[in-house]
Amino acid sequence: MSKGSRAVRFRGGGLGLFIQSPLHIVGTAFLLFLVYVAVSNIAAGDYTLRQFLQNLIFGLAQGSIYSLIALGYTLVYGILFMINFAHGEVFTAGAYSGFFTMYTFAQSGFLQENTLIAILLTFLSGTIASVMVAVALERVAYRPLRNAPRLVPLITAIGASITLQQLYLRLFGASARRFPDINLYILPDVFTDLECRVVDGVEQCLGMDIIGGIYPVEIFGIALRLRPISFIVFFGALFIMWALWMFIQKTKTGRAMRAVAEDKSTSALMGINVDRVIVTTFILGGALAGAGAVLFVIIPGNGQVNPLMGFFPGIKAFTAAVIGGIGNVPGAMFGGLFLGVAESVGPSLLGISNQLRDVISFGLLVLVLIFRPTGFFGEVLSEKKV
Amino acid sequence: MTLLTVENAHTYYGKIHALKGISLTVEEGEIVTLIGGNGAGKTTTLNTITGIVPTAEGRILLNGDDITHTPAHEIVSKGVVQSPEGRKIFTRLTVRENLEIGAYQRNDSAGIARDMAYVFERFPRLKEREKQLGGTLSGGEQQMLAMGRALMASPRILLLDEPSMGLAPLLVAAIFDVITYLNRENGTTILLVEQNAAMALIVANRGYVLQSGRITHADDADALRNDPTVIEAYLGGH
Repeated sequence: MSKGSRAVRFRGGGLGLFIQSPLHIVGTAFLLFLVYVAVSNIAAGDYTLRQFLQNLIFGLAQGSIYSLIALGYTLVYGILFMINFAHGEVFTAGAYSGFFTMYTFAQSGFLQENTLIAILLTFLSGTIASVMVAVALERVAYRPLRNAPRLVPLITAIGASITLQQLYLRLFGASARRFPDINLYILPDVFTDLECRVVDGVEQCLGMDIIGGIYPVEIFGIALRLRPISFIVFFGALFIMWALWMFIQKTKTGRAMRAVAEDKSTSALMGINVDRVIVTTFILGGALAGAGAVLFVIIPGNGQVNPLMGFFPGIKAFTAAVIGGIGNVPGAMFGGLFLGVAESVGPSLLGISNQLRDVISFGLLVLVLIFRPTGFFGEVLSEKKV
Repeated sequence: MTLLTVENAHTYYGKIHALKGISLTVEEGEIVTLIGGNGAGKTTTLNTITGIVPTAEGRILLNGDDITHTPAHEIVSKGVVQSPEGRKIFTRLTVRENLEIGAYQRNDSAGIARDMAYVFERFPRLKEREKQLGGTLSGGEQQMLAMGRALMASPRILLLDEPSMGLAPLLVAAIFDVITYLNRENGTTILLVEQNAAMALIVANRGYVLQSGRITHADDADALRNDPTVIEAYLGGH
């Protein structure tokens, strides 16, 4: 420990455990300031439990999508020790493919008649498109550089990202396209008073609209307005993550992925085709991003598809992966949810504009990097990895 | 019958000429040892055979088939399995998972289960620690795991790289016991690279002495043990 940090420790008093470098003073001051603002807002009654619950549920849905994308970053990092900066564009591919599929269904009337099938096929097409882009990236941009110094594929990744953005721009045009509105009604016999309209003088109730609907709900005397889609996205994403976890832990290919992540040349000695395992990793990351993209555009209000749309979810998910500890699968799941909730709950808690939610995300990233550079779940990097 | 033939193999690491024309043969059912000092090219010879480093010149034949440019993972499926120097077990996989990875190329689940039971019987310590992460094992246990993992591949020829390195004398004896047992009972052909030349020459049928990327002696193990220059250089004088 250096002289300077000892002095800091003294000044830090009770926070001594926290403060080990001058940078930690800045971080701690910032953290205390945030807590102060939040507490004073709550004390002044400017912040209510209703707001919190409302934002929490929205944040969990948004965050679970971040988690899905973050897993793509973390899986690839775990095996190749590189950041696939073009992963946001893998997400965009899924969104466009999903959009075109759903748009076609909406135009032809298939969406209105077979809504559930249309949604499932949209997921399929979004996932396939993202997987194809991810695999192409690996083949064209990364595999030829497998033995190059680590900075080289990083630069290529940024180049690939810009190339794909420009490709989408030329192929699909610069204007944003609106994802079709979807209404999926369920259980008309249970929710007899929902989505009622008068057709030819007769009142008809369709039941709960679990995609486009928003309904007042009272929980513990607190009146909320909730979208069923938030729960579907959240639990759908959790299910996908569970399936991924089982795949990595229980299957032969998952075992090979973990072996390759630890030691490529010994894995090859065991008869593992390392290149094939790497491709599998990109396929998994792409599939998660594609599913995430369709979940993202299906949420009413998010439904804009444009060539640059992958940038922000991509950079947020990367942030989430770093917060959780890059290379760590549960870390990416946690990081995404944490970030989603923080940027949803944060603005109103701190009494700032909702436009500033990105500042909260990246501010949190800075704080995590100050206090725990390896992320919440990250292990200290071994020399071999560095 | 000759199982493995290396003909005039040259290997480079960048500009370093590591193997300068190595030729050797291993007959089916033999134990052959490669001895030599640090940097003589023993590990490089194994890595060249298993395709971890590319062969610049020369040929490698398995049962008469040219495997010089076959990818590493395919060479494993042909029955050539290397247990690398420094054990190289997977520290973040459990003991059982490490063994399962050893059997990665196999699809005969009955055979895999039988070999797993055999490894656990042979190394009861591994059975006790079946669900522990590889990284939590002691050095000796890790070496047992590395041997077990190599066995799980059900090799025709096993290339062992310094299996006794860093182990206590008692464990060294146990490891050499297993090597002999494998060769006698399972009929596994073994190419053994050892720093411990005295032990290696006791268990081996034949031996090659490597020096600066070249083979300087090739003879029966007994003859090598009595060769004055070998005694001088590798068996500690006398």
